[in-house]
Amino acid sequence: MGFASLYPSYGHYGGALQSLDTRASHHLRQPAALSQGGIFPRLPIRPVRFRKKSQEETRAETSVLTIKGKAYIAGIYEHPTRHAPDKSTAQLHAEVAKGAIEDAGISKDDVDGYFCAGDAPGGAWPMVDYLGLNTKKLRHVDSTETGGCSYIIHLGHAAEAIAAGKCSIALITLAGKPRTGVMPPRAAGAEVDFESAYGATTHNAYGMCAMRHMHDYGTTSEQLAWIKVAASHHAQYNPHAMLKDVVTVEDVLNSPMISDPLHRMDCCVVSDGGGALIVTTPEIARSLKKPLVKLIGHGEAMKGPRGGKDLDLTYSAGIWSGPRAFEEAGITPKDIKYASIYDSFTITVLMQLEDLGFCKKGEGGKFVADGNLISGVGKLPFNTDGGGLCSNHPVNRGGMTKIIEAVRQLRGEAHPKVQVKNCDLAIAHGTGGLLGVRHAASTAILERV
Amino acid sequence: MSEAKKYPAPVTNPETAAFWDAAKEGKFMIKRCTACGEAHYFPRSICPFCYSDKTVWEEASGEGTIYTWSLMRKSPTGPYAIGYVTLKEGPSVQTNFVDCDLTSLKIGQKVKVVFKPTDGAPLPFFTPA
Repeated sequence: MGFASLYPSYGHYGGALQSLDTRASHHLRQPAALSQGGIFPRLPIRPVRFRKKSQEETRAETSVLTIKGKAYIAGIYEHPTRHAPDKSTAQLHAEVAKGAIEDAGISKDDVDGYFCAGDAPGGAWPMVDYLGLNTKKLRHVDSTETGGCSYIIHLGHAAEAIAAGKCSIALITLAGKPRTGVMPPRAAGAEVDFESAYGATTHNAYGMCAMRHMHDYGTTSEQLAWIKVAASHHAQYNPHAMLKDVVTVEDVLNSPMISDPLHRMDCCVVSDGGGALIVTTPEIARSLKKPLVKLIGHGEAMKGPRGGKDLDLTYSAGIWSGPRAFEEAGITPKDIKYASIYDSFTITVLMQLEDLGFCKKGEGGKFVADGNLISGVGKLPFNTDGGGLCSNHPVNRGGMTKIIEAVRQLRGEAHPKVQVKNCDLAIAHGTGGLLGVRHAASTAILERV
Repeated sequence: MSEAKKYPAPVTNPETAAFWDAAKEGKFMIKRCTACGEAHYFPRSICPFCYSDKTVWEEASGEGTIYTWSLMRKSPTGPYAIGYVTLKEGPSVQTNFVDCDLTSLKIGQKVKVVFKPTDGAPLPFFTPA
């Protein structure tokens, strides 16, 4: 018999529900993970409640209009490698899947939802097959591809699917080897003839944003450098970080100019590796051993030059995804104790902090200066694993590691030197694509229960 | 260095062929919607603002100002400066700046279009006016 809470009360079973409840009740205390059921539930039964829930929690979990509180992150895994010439990309996906499944304390045969993006070799169906997922049980897949923020979008989509009863244990994987070899090019968009010849890369696309931000708001290279400085302060405690040396503002300014106005140290690392998540129902999460981390708000958005009208590269799609997530969560940026902010470049962080509402537009430079992002020093500890700037940027995609470090913080599993005290609310935010051209953004707000 | 650079030929398609045909005659075209009056770039058949299909080709002045830029200091084909130009007609277009000192570009600087050859239709670039 499957775990009770996997299955919502389907309307067309309504009449039988009461009597089935009684019959099934002796199964209710089984561990979450161990289902021998087929593709569909045999007996739809009511969710089990392991502890008394608040009114708000109950309302959130039974409303179809929000994902607030309906999905928990029960498993996380970040691959320790930063260079993997001796492994295949699919193998890295399998290793991170195994890691997250073991972290959650479930079996791979319990997974009934799978999420992957453009880094998964062949896409969803080859990966489901390669990973040996239980195809009798797997009933929901999503291969939304939005670059580096794909996995934050997947987290929201997993919560939607869980809330709708489409799956109960979702696996999300990311892995790849850009440090070992060149990544395959993305399929061309409609703009190809009008843009591809101009050589937009990550460096110069973000450089264009920084250049305009400096022009409009007086942001300086010194202020941007503080973001790298903060990341390096955190990375010194991460044994897996690629760059463990603490750097100064001067170090950043003295590093070679890559694409004006961004210096080498304004840029993130290139690393092989990956990460994975297990997202599940509140009931299953409560039956497992890990500290409870729930998703309480989620947003996604996209932005592009839109026919060239009113071009403004000083803000990102985070200006829409952020408020959506905060509104759903019912909190404000002031409530956030820890922030995972995608740091492909220093300017990415600065713009996201503004767009998410941690400071006013144009004041990001002042906000990040003087160590304000350093854990234990500033007001908003960010990327306490060292982030993409110092630790890891697997597959040139930072969204996954942003979620993982936020969960570590909420669980109290971050390095003691960077662990935020009483960390009960965290944000994980990322962008994908090119901020200076067209991109997606996604915001997740997480709460420790 | 940028003069010697070899640029890829546009593939073109039925929706944009008129742009490239005009480019061969040295004309820089944009699309304008006759329903809402807005110009846009790159060209589409359906107006991205009002969704009217009443879009027409219009020769642009080729003049504009630099919205932003970034100089890529190293690449397999040498340094190059990418940026956006806000055309006199309104739309901003992605481009490279050529035939000038790439380290002296300024936001707000006046620029004009210049075409560079490919194996197919020429590509529009911008240079200080």
